[in-house]
Amino acid sequence: MNTVAAPTRNARGVVRITLIVSACAFLFGFAMIPLYRIACEQVLGIKLEDGPVTGRAVAAASVDTSRSVRIQFLASVNSKLPWTFAPEVTRIDVHPGELTEVWFDAANTSDAAIVGNAVPSVAPNTASAFFNKTECFCFTEQLLAAGEARRMPVRFIVDPALPRDVTELTLSYTFYENTDATRRVAETVGAPPHAG
Amino acid sequence: MAHAATHDHVAHDDHHDHKPQGFIARWCFSTNHKDIGTLYLIFSLLMFFIGGAMAMIIRAELFQPGMQLVEPDFFNEMTSVHALVMIFGAVMPAFVGLGNWMIPLMVGAPDMALPRMNNWSFWLLPVAFGLLLSTLFMPGGGPQGGWTLYPPLSLQGGNGIAFSILAIHVAGISSIMGAINIIATILNMRAPGMDLLKMPVFVWTWLITAFLLIAVMPVLAGAVTMLLTDKYFGTSFFNAAGGGDPVMFQHIFWFFGHPEVYIMILPAFGIVSEIIPTFARKPLFGYQAMVYATASIAFLSFIVWAHHMFTVGMPLGGELFFMYATMLIAIPTGVKVFNWVSTMWEGSMTFETPMLFAIGFVILFTIGGFSGVMLAIVPADFQYHDTYFVVAHFHYVLVTGAVFSIMAATYYWLPKWTGHMYSERWGKIHFWSSVISVNVLFFPQHFLGLAGMPRRIPDYNVAFADFNMISSIGGFWFGLSQLIFLGVVVHCAFFSKVKAPARVWEGAKGLEWEVPSPAPHHTFSVPPVLKPGMLAHDDVSH
Ligand code: HEM
Ligand SMILES: [Cu+2]
Repeated sequence: MNTVAAPTRNARGVVRITLIVSACAFLFGFAMIPLYRIACEQVLGIKLEDGPVTGRAVAAASVDTSRSVRIQFLASVNSKLPWTFAPEVTRIDVHPGELTEVWFDAANTSDAAIVGNAVPSVAPNTASAFFNKTECFCFTEQLLAAGEARRMPVRFIVDPALPRDVTELTLSYTFYENTDATRRVAETVGAPPHAG
Repeated sequence: MAHAATHDHVAHDDHHDHKPQGFIARWCFSTNHKDIGTLYLIFSLLMFFIGGAMAMIIRAELFQPGMQLVEPDFFNEMTSVHALVMIFGAVMPAFVGLGNWMIPLMVGAPDMALPRMNNWSFWLLPVAFGLLLSTLFMPGGGPQGGWTLYPPLSLQGGNGIAFSILAIHVAGISSIMGAINIIATILNMRAPGMDLLKMPVFVWTWLITAFLLIAVMPVLAGAVTMLLTDKYFGTSFFNAAGGGDPVMFQHIFWFFGHPEVYIMILPAFGIVSEIIPTFARKPLFGYQAMVYATASIAFLSFIVWAHHMFTVGMPLGGELFFMYATMLIAIPTGVKVFNWVSTMWEGSMTFETPMLFAIGFVILFTIGGFSGVMLAIVPADFQYHDTYFVVAHFHYVLVTGAVFSIMAATYYWLPKWTGHMYSERWGKIHFWSSVISVNVLFFPQHFLGLAGMPRRIPDYNVAFADFNMISSIGGFWFGLSQLIFLGVVVHCAFFSKVKAPARVWEGAKGLEWEVPSPAPHHTFSVPPVLKPGMLAHDDVSH
């Protein structure tokens, strides 16, 4: 620490190290995406991937008739999507462990075929891990031709392990336009989009 | 007073000063740390006025409820670009400029370690801000989603966003290069005997800031790159329809964003720690504590980011962790405030303009720290979040904090840069005008926020009218006061007749005062020989 270093000699080492740190930081920004998923799903118990629950988990659940939980349904569309979208019933009381089916209606009011994706959300968020869907229109892209309307089912089971102080859950969906898929559909015009 | 330290320059001042001849050669191709420092400072001042003009538009629109002057889109552009210009164009380059000028002088180095890269890092800035400001004239306009660029909002405008993102990339590369240069200079170029724990606090705070910069600017670059690919290349990092998650952007952004706010305040801590001992004529109280407090603030700044997103629906454990971690930062910050006050305690103080700004900093920054602690309380933040209370908080820490420290530093070192004294009388007028108006401007915003006025909205409920009008009046007054600053600086640089001595301030210690004023173009070509009493902190490690 007692002599001046010749600038060029040692500066190279510092520059190399600081550049490596910067490069790692850049990669770390991208690494946060998988890390975030792992943190949410493995450590914090927040469900991000909203896939169907397995049949085994469903079969294992026994119906808890000692209490019922009220489920409310909300449906909205992102302002850029010219669709209408609503639940057929806005609330329903279920026993935990009971398989329940409800229906939602969507209609494309524009004059072009559009692909939408519904993003679900359960409130209170701490209860979302106990809300299991076995089937949902939100698992897949929904293609609606111009003016087409569709009834879509959701089947779900509330996990009997749901904390007893939770008596009400809200399931809400927002439909977004999937612009890439819509563009793909538009490019294959001629073949009239087949609803599936 | 300049003896052995500068024996190569004392005898012959400017004659052998070897400045490059010609304007272009001197300024555009400069590799001299003083010239590049000057360029940074001038650039920063220009951006300060451009960003300030945008703030005037914002306050003019908010002068009365209702839509008065500008379109909502334009208002949103103003709030977004004002913040980007002030943060990346004014505050950060000002600190880099001060670092360029002062760090080699303070550690006894002939120049920065990488002089040619230094030139590069400056000249990237006009490119970046030319790009950013040009988006205001593009179809679809500039960024309107706030400086935080949250998707999906930030991606819903025109293609200007692509240029803004490129501007952020370029400004980020400039900061990273500047930081690397500063680290290399401090680690490699210190004069013999200048141990790490003898360095001035300003050098210490810059060293730590530079580490923060290389650790988080690339993260921001990554985040905005993902925005770009989401918009143009069909990726879905943050796009809910494609399986991405917009909240994730907030995590990545604030992982950068919170250390970024400390990037803007640590060098300010350093400046104030230089100025207060000078005018209190006492050594800094607790030098080592200052250094360790700075390091712990820097460390903690990496684990508090989610206090900016308490309302996104985090698990309770997360809210608690980030709440307590945030409050923890108040401890080292409190240590610093305590040390500044103790340095002044029983000192024989005089109140020249730099000292006034430094004392203003200590008091007003602390108010900003207090509102910060209030915001850190999760249940309270649910109410305060995204209101004017947050705006009041960060303007106290950034304007009366970072910007006041930059002004203090300018007054403190201006005689060293120019060789002439500024007008003390006008400096004081500038201070008093600024310190009163800035409180008229930002203090009422606390009340507006507590009453529920949302930030980033061009119109508001009539219930908020009075405080907004007061705030706007303070805003115009503060804005105009800065013209005094411009006047004082221009006068000092070009018209002042009063020559400055080498040791400009009677109580000042440190190597920068061992060279003549103005500091010659080349200093410390031969490393200075340190003598007892030359440094402010030369016996701490013994
Ligand atoms: C004791 C220290 C501090 C604490 C506890 C603190 C806490 C907070 C919290 C909790 C927020 C989020 C408020 C919300 O959005 O609801 C916030 C926002 C902010 N703070 Fe601080 N802060 C501190 C110091 C600072 C410093 C030193 C700076 C900068 C120099 C700073 C700059 C900011 C900025 C710019 C924002 C707003 C960002 C935005 O949403 O645009 N804070 N602070
Ligand atoms: Cu923060």
